[in-house]
Amino acid sequence: MRIALFATCLADTLFPEAAKATVRLLERLGHEVVFPFDQTCCGQMHVNTGFQRDAVPLVKRYVSTFDPFDVIVAPSGSCVGSIRHQHAMVAADAGEAGLAARAEDVGRRTYELSELLIDVLQVEDVGARYPHRVTYHPTCHSLRMIRVGDKPLRLLRRVRGLELVELPAAEQCCGFGGTFSVKNAETSAAMLADKMTAIVSTGASVCTAGDASCLMHLGGGLSRRDAGVRTVHLAEILAST
Amino acid sequence: MSTFLGMPATAPRGVGHLRGDEPFPAAAHRALADEQLRNNLRHATTTIRGKSGRVIAELPDWQELRSAGSAIKADVLSRLPDLLEELEARVVERGGVVHWAADANEANRIVTELVRATGSERVIKVKSMATQEIALNEALEAAGIQPVETDLAELIVQLGQDKPSHILVPAIHRNRSEIREIFLKAMPGVDPALTDDPPVLAAAARKYLRETFLSTKVAISGANFGVAETGTLAVVESEGNGRMCLTLPDTLITVMGIEKVVPTWQDLEVFLQLLPRASTGERMNPYTTMWTGVTPGDGPQDFHLVLLDNGRSAVLADPRGRTALHCIRCSACLNVCPVYERTGGHAYGSVYPGPIGAVLSPQLTGVEDNASLPFASSLCGACFDACPVKIDIPSMLVHLRNQAPHPRSERAAMRAAAYTMERPKLYARAQRAAKLARIAGRRGLGLPLGWNEARDLPEIPEQTFRDWWASR
Repeated sequence: MRIALFATCLADTLFPEAAKATVRLLERLGHEVVFPFDQTCCGQMHVNTGFQRDAVPLVKRYVSTFDPFDVIVAPSGSCVGSIRHQHAMVAADAGEAGLAARAEDVGRRTYELSELLIDVLQVEDVGARYPHRVTYHPTCHSLRMIRVGDKPLRLLRRVRGLELVELPAAEQCCGFGGTFSVKNAETSAAMLADKMTAIVSTGASVCTAGDASCLMHLGGGLSRRDAGVRTVHLAEILAST
Repeated sequence: MSTFLGMPATAPRGVGHLRGDEPFPAAAHRALADEQLRNNLRHATTTIRGKSGRVIAELPDWQELRSAGSAIKADVLSRLPDLLEELEARVVERGGVVHWAADANEANRIVTELVRATGSERVIKVKSMATQEIALNEALEAAGIQPVETDLAELIVQLGQDKPSHILVPAIHRNRSEIREIFLKAMPGVDPALTDDPPVLAAAARKYLRETFLSTKVAISGANFGVAETGTLAVVESEGNGRMCLTLPDTLITVMGIEKVVPTWQDLEVFLQLLPRASTGERMNPYTTMWTGVTPGDGPQDFHLVLLDNGRSAVLADPRGRTALHCIRCSACLNVCPVYERTGGHAYGSVYPGPIGAVLSPQLTGVEDNASLPFASSLCGACFDACPVKIDIPSMLVHLRNQAPHPRSERAAMRAAAYTMERPKLYARAQRAAKLARIAGRRGLGLPLGWNEARDLPEIPEQTFRDWWASR
């Protein structure tokens, strides 16, 4: 299958390993990955911070860049949530009904990685090997905005050598929330502290998730605490052999 | 030629408890530093969450009930004026008197005059968010009338000269030793040998309240529901104090937000299942009191219903925001909110704290008066899943953020980011510049103060993904 990759601005700039792993994984499974260079950012930060009008050109850019492709994947539940649930609204609010309809359509063809693997490519065992004790944080937007459910866990359970340990209070937010982490830094840090305590209590050496943004927040906290737990994007685990 | 009737008015300034004294982050700062408060909150919200989750799981049709509740509320909002007039007509037919209050000032004036007319210098109160919202107690006190809260938690807050910090459990931030101290200091006739044993504390409150119930001629309540087809008002509660206030006095004055009307009795079957399970984690609340006008020889002989707008019409006027009026004040959203759990209710500045408060308060006051509240959320979405009437709070938060005033520097930064991201070549250059800035030891990523307090920044990689792709 020919699959277009939306790397997301965060992975492109700060966490290229997550996007590279997505490419390696899909190619290993026999698919062709395309990276359209015109892509930049989904605009979620602008919409969620109260600058919806500034996001209109970014929605336009996303739609025109990815409209030619039947299947689009992003290693981020959060960005996929924004594309699927916010793009059409942003366009409609700007009075661009045509763009809204196209955005809705492209949104339907945009998948988060675990959705693509299980729902579209119908594979649970991706042939990975990762001999570590791992705990999984189900990021809020994957969990509640696009409802990936247990798909990431099903994929992780089929990884050879991987010991999956349950995260206490897994469904509580890690406290990132985009610009929330800056605008309400102290509350965000308090949420992060509790999440880190839960992660450390599992005895896992790796905490994984499907969103580079939450992992950046968690990883930044765990590193500051010198907790001995690494954060690794789900794609990197699934791509390793 | 045109006649401009004006936009519906928001809740007036200078009266009521919908506006905080400081922005959310500043108020949260104090709460976050209070270890005792955070422990009290964590314990209480975790307990309620667990209980509520268990009894909700018993109902196979919970999702259908949520949809039904939401549909009834949408129907109510679509024909609110008609339903209110129907309610008024039925109440009047049954011997009640209906008053319309455009805002807090009007409602407070109406209630104060009604109490004055009875000659009573004291009123007993059923816990009510509407009267908290308009600061009725303060208005009564200013008029020389003593309001006595009869809900135990509300009484604790009142005696402690404190503010409620939760919609349902107003004293959630207090533990029992704090309550003992408050009673010793402020409860008339309390035994000085009072201990902090919960049954002992409850007995002290009971004794004080029993005397007050039997000697007070006027009661003031809110209403959970007002049934348009019969003119029936309903209050649900757990302690029985409400039942006492609603049946013992000669005069009953009910202040009801206009969105609390439901068309028919049958609609109650939906809400009386949704409300207790979502709020207290009970299958049914212990006391449901309903009354219709006055009944000769039984209960209050003088009944007044005050229909309160206080910004609700302004909320109704916003198609994206109006579902905030679906709220049945169950506080399920507070109990699942990770932000509320850490900051408590006072940080929100309004009597409506937590996620629903973060969308309702700014709408009632106008967003500019509560501009920090729509940002007091990580948009995790737990509130939407928990809401028994399916209010999409996260989307509404985003909607309100887009109406809120922004600091100039933030606007400039967002504009610059959008400008760059619109142009892939410029964007690629900015990615490289970010790396250079980082190497130069500056905060080149635009991740400003606040981040570095608690977290390290990620190392900027040698190569962006797009450069890697180009070099493959």
